[in-house]
Amino acid sequence: MIIKGKVHKFGDDVNTDDIIAAKYLVSTDAKELGSHCMETVAPDFAKKVSAGDIVVAGKNFGCGSSREHAPLALKGAGISAVIAKSFAGIFYRNAINIGLPFLEMQDAGDIAEGEILEIDLAGGVIKNSSSGKVYKTQAFPEFLQEIVRKGGLINYVKSKGHCKNA
Amino acid sequence: MGHTIAEKILAAHAGKKEVRAGDFIEAGVDVALGNDITAPIAISEFRRSGCPKVFDNKKIVLVPDHFAPAKDLRSANQCKVLSEFAGEQDIKNYFEVGCMGIEHALLPEQKLVLPGDLVIGADSHTTTYGALGCYSTGVGSTDLARAFIDGKCWFKVPPTIKFIYKGRPGRWIGGKDLILYTIGNIGVDGALYRVMEFAGPLIKKLEMDARLTMSNMAIEAGGRAGIIEPDALTLKYVRGARRKYKIYKSDSDAQYEKVYEYDVSSLEPQVACPHLPSNVKPVSALKDVVIDQVVIGSCTNGRISDLSLAAKLLKGRKVSPGLKLIVIPATQKIYLEAVKEGLAEVFVRAGGVFSTPTCGPCLGGHVGILADGERCLATTNRNFIGRMGSPKSEVYLAGPAVAAASAIAGRITHPGNI
Repeated sequence: MIIKGKVHKFGDDVNTDDIIAAKYLVSTDAKELGSHCMETVAPDFAKKVSAGDIVVAGKNFGCGSSREHAPLALKGAGISAVIAKSFAGIFYRNAINIGLPFLEMQDAGDIAEGEILEIDLAGGVIKNSSSGKVYKTQAFPEFLQEIVRKGGLINYVKSKGHCKNA
Repeated sequence: MGHTIAEKILAAHAGKKEVRAGDFIEAGVDVALGNDITAPIAISEFRRSGCPKVFDNKKIVLVPDHFAPAKDLRSANQCKVLSEFAGEQDIKNYFEVGCMGIEHALLPEQKLVLPGDLVIGADSHTTTYGALGCYSTGVGSTDLARAFIDGKCWFKVPPTIKFIYKGRPGRWIGGKDLILYTIGNIGVDGALYRVMEFAGPLIKKLEMDARLTMSNMAIEAGGRAGIIEPDALTLKYVRGARRKYKIYKSDSDAQYEKVYEYDVSSLEPQVACPHLPSNVKPVSALKDVVIDQVVIGSCTNGRISDLSLAAKLLKGRKVSPGLKLIVIPATQKIYLEAVKEGLAEVFVRAGGVFSTPTCGPCLGGHVGILADGERCLATTNRNFIGRMGSPKSEVYLAGPAVAAASAIAGRITHPGNI
C-alpha cells in the first residue's frame, strides 16, 4: 500500500490535548473530532489538511492521555499517516488498534512543511518527492503486522474466535 | 539472570516461565477499567464484535468520573452508555455518582486492585496502582473492548529503569515533589516505553498515598508502569481484600536498563511550570508568580492525606482576595472523612469551594475552567497548553502544601513561609 500526501510539520512532545482537546471528548465521531484536531496549537490545521496528508513530528508524539479520540481525530481530519522520531506508548497501541498507519523515523527532522511524501508501508520506505531523498524505516514486528493485516484489533480477535461466550 | 517485578507479573499472566524486554505477549488481565470518556468507544467496539457477553462481569470496572456528575447533555449521554451497559452485562463494579470517586483513588480504596495483579485501564493514569506492586498500565478504548471479549491484552514487554531515592528530605517534601523532581530530571520521554521501578530507603518510608502519587505520574515521563515493591505497609493497606493476591519482588540480579540514584536531602518543594510536567523548578525560584486559581484534588493528590496537609495550612486563614480555591476530594469516602474531620469546614471558611468528587478541572472538563490569561496552580498531573481551559491560560503543578500556601499568598509560595 502506497500513501502519498503533503506534510504538516510539528515539533517534539505533541500531546493528546494538542491533538484533540478534552472539551471535544463528548463525541466519538471521527469527522467531528477531526474538525477540531490540533486546534489549540495550530488553529487552521483542520482547514488546511487535504485527504491523504501526512503529519511529521519530533520525539514522543501522542504523549499524555489514553484517549483513542486522538488517532481518531487525525484520521477524521483526513490524515493518512503519522511519521515521528518516537511515539508515546498508548498512542502507539491506539494507532495500531484502530489502523492509523505510522512510522518511526529518526530523520523526521529533515522533512519540511508542505513537502510531498510517498510511503510504502509494507516495505517501510519513505520517499520525499520534493527533495528526492529516500528513507528506510524499520518494518513493524510480525505480531503487530498481523493485527494491521486483519484490519485492527477487534477483527484480529474475532478471527481467532476469542469470544468465549458466543 | 534474574527478573524484575514487571517481567515476573507479565510472565505469570501470559502463562510463560519467563519473559524479557522486547517480547510480544498476550496476557490475561485481573482488572479492565474504563471511564465515561473511554468506555463508550470500547462498548461500541464490543458490540460491533458481535460478542454477546463480557468475559467476566466481576473483572470489569466502570467509573463515570471525568465529566461526571454529568456536566452537560452530551456528557450525560456518555455516562448513560456506561450505566446501561453495566445493567445489561451485570457488571459488578459499576460506580454511580453516589458511590463513585476518581477512578485511580477509588480502585485502591475499594481493594479492587491488588499486589501482583495485571491491570489495564483505558486511562493513562492507570499507572497509579503500581504503588501496590502490580503491573498496571494505560491502554486505549479498543484494547478495553478486546479485554471485554476475552479478558486479554497484548503487551510488548518494556525494559525497566530503577529509581533509588535516599537522604533525609525536609518537612514539606511529599510524593509529588519526588516524582516532579524525577520527571524534571529525565524529561517527559525519559522513561518512554519503560517500566519505572521506584525503590530505596526513602520509598519504604513513604505512606501509601504518597506512593500512589508517584506511580500515578510515571506516565508523565512516558512510563508504561510505575512499580513499587510491596512491603509491610502494602500488606496493611490491602488487608480485607476479597480475593487472593501474590507478592512479586525483583531479583537481586534482575536486569535494569538504567539506574538513577537521587539524594533528596536538600530538595525544595517542586513546581512544574507551563507547559510540560518536566519543566520543573524549585518553589523558591518562582516567588513572583501571581495566580488566579488553586485546585487541590485529582487522581494525583485528592486523597485524605493531601486534604489534611492543605487544611493544616489553611486553618484559621483566608485565601488571597480574588483567588479561587477549589478543593475536590477524590472519592465519596474521602469526602465524608473530610467532612467528619472538619477539613471541609476549614476550606469553606478559608474562602474555598468544596466539590463532589470529579476529574473535572484537571482536564478542562468542568468545576473550574480557566479563562483567557488566567493562571492556576494545581495538584493535578498535566500542564499542557489549554489543559484546564483557555489556550491562553497557564497551569503550574505542585503538591498540596505548596498549593495551600500559594492560595493564601496569592502567588506561588513555599509552605514554610506561611
